Amino acid sequence: MTISEKKLVDMYQIMLTIRRFEERMVIDYHSGAIPGIVHSYIGQEAVATGVCTNLRLDDCIISNHRGHGHCIAKGADLNRMMAEIYGRKTGYCKGKGGSMHIADFGIGMLGANGIVAAGLPIAAGAAVAAQLEGGDRVVVLFFGDGATNEGEFHEVMNLASIWKLPLIFACENNLYSVNTPVKYATGLQHVSERATGGYSIPSFVVDGNDVVDVYETTEKAVAGVRAGEGPVFLEFMTYRWRGHFEAPGMPDLRPVEEIEAWKKKCPLLRFEGVLLEEGIVTKRTLEEINARVMQRIEDAVGYALASPLPAPEDALEDVFSS
Amino acid sequence: MRKLSYEQAASEALMEEFRRDEKTIHLSTDIPLDLRQEFGEARIRQTPISESSFVGAAIGLAGSGFRPVVNVRMATFGFVAMDQFVNQAAKITYMFGGQARFPIVYRMTVGASKSFAAQHSISPYSMYMNVPGLKIILPATPYDMKGLLKTAIRDNNPVISFEHMALDVMEGEVPEGEYTIPFGQAVIRKEGNDVTVVALAKMVHETLAVAEEMEKEGISLEIIDPRTLNPFDRETVKASVVKTGRLIVVDEACITCGVAAEITALVVEDDRIFKCLKSSPKRVCGLDVPIPYSPPMEKYALPDRENIKAAVREVMM
Repeated sequence: MTISEKKLVDMYQIMLTIRRFEERMVIDYHSGAIPGIVHSYIGQEAVATGVCTNLRLDDCIISNHRGHGHCIAKGADLNRMMAEIYGRKTGYCKGKGGSMHIADFGIGMLGANGIVAAGLPIAAGAAVAAQLEGGDRVVVLFFGDGATNEGEFHEVMNLASIWKLPLIFACENNLYSVNTPVKYATGLQHVSERATGGYSIPSFVVDGNDVVDVYETTEKAVAGVRAGEGPVFLEFMTYRWRGHFEAPGMPDLRPVEEIEAWKKKCPLLRFEGVLLEEGIVTKRTLEEINARVMQRIEDAVGYALASPLPAPEDALEDVFSS
Repeated sequence: MRKLSYEQAASEALMEEFRRDEKTIHLSTDIPLDLRQEFGEARIRQTPISESSFVGAAIGLAGSGFRPVVNVRMATFGFVAMDQFVNQAAKITYMFGGQARFPIVYRMTVGASKSFAAQHSISPYSMYMNVPGLKIILPATPYDMKGLLKTAIRDNNPVISFEHMALDVMEGEVPEGEYTIPFGQAVIRKEGNDVTVVALAKMVHETLAVAEEMEKEGISLEIIDPRTLNPFDRETVKASVVKTGRLIVVDEACITCGVAAEITALVVEDDRIFKCLKSSPKRVCGLDVPIPYSPPMEKYALPDRENIKAAVREVMM
């Protein structure tokens, strides 16, 4: 392992922040404090963290409906995220977007998208922009296995390939699109076969619950893309612990044993084990980090609750830019 | 004054704006050769036939500081990319709370009359007008094409330019030198006192021809070309109806839920104007059928001068 100790601890803190943020959001959603629908990222924290830790501020990401983890890993402000999810005026989108549409263009988070695969063409455009600028910025596109059956997925793989775009396809294969198993929906063991077989894009299958593996594979991919070698496809095998979205009364059709087995592969506990074993942190350090993270989450909720709701007529603003 | 065709006016607008702003970039399946020659492959980019991805890529480019112009070609092909138009381009400024600008121009040809049959003939601007977040221009002359397209390229929002297929070779006066046309300003193509006729795209010219004939019958038409559908210049239309007391809207799109219905409602729901009406408003529109191939059927499906004249006589009765 060549990752610095500081970076490892930073990654742990990011993963834990995502976990605690999502746990709190789920509680506050079911208590009725948060409107709408929310999709929890619990179980997939290692992917967003290991990928985004390789990115610079000027690199961009595009996210999907399950986007909170990507936002946090790219450096989004927890207060403004929570305020947005709470529908407050101080949120990232002034309460117009909510959980599924958080964006922070200032940190290269070009938005979460609620339509499966619809962020792919937008990411391709951001990658064309990076290419036209002539620097070495990269764009990372987060999407799930479910998106690989949409036409836009294939169109964008083709565009990225023929234009050699500085684009990293970060596919989070959590084995299900809602309740449909990926094997049934794609007929494949790994969806990355489509990238290499169909579009000559180099692909790698990664243990998405091992943040070190995620980090190191992405590190190589980013280096290649920055050097102008064209797109890379990374397929992160992972699992979401909760249902597709928080829906009281909607059945989760996945086998209980399977869910429990994946919980035993918890990316956070696994990483904790590595950090302790390698002597990088002590239990006490982990407790301190947890206390700090919990405080930040508490502060974010406090910020959201103290923030005003938008005025009804604010609905008329921002349809167009000036 | 020199004359240019509708298509030449569009080319000149693009050439001028691409020289003016190096952040402009062109995406299309067929490349405009003059632009390619001057600005190169990177900026004048040829795309595969992948409507969703190039309509969407323009959004990513715009959000990254570029100013893309996308030629979708026919409006019927635009439907392939409907999610990117409706769920993405139109909503993204709003959904993200106005934190980023998305300056994009999408060009599409509309209309019928060339026996291209149903999948290559349509005028779907009312569908897009029903989606908040999209500006819509509808140039009817070479002069307007150039001026509106230049304004569209400089606008900081997604703008759809609907360009009528039968006007491409039409010539008209286009002055040398710089000019733009602001959005939301209708033009009165002909002043008159008896009937206000709001006409769209190619129907502007059909209505102008009818107006000459009607003058001989002693009926004077006031013809208004809105030029942009979003924003729409309500005031010019309303002021005219207050003067004439009669309204006809002429549009070749099929009649149901069309722009003609919207314009009529805008006028009639204003109590002040409703009380001025001397007859009920009329819509002269295409029939509710997919555009047929064979010339006699296609001609029948579209409004023509006879339909316009009949409507004028009806409101004058």
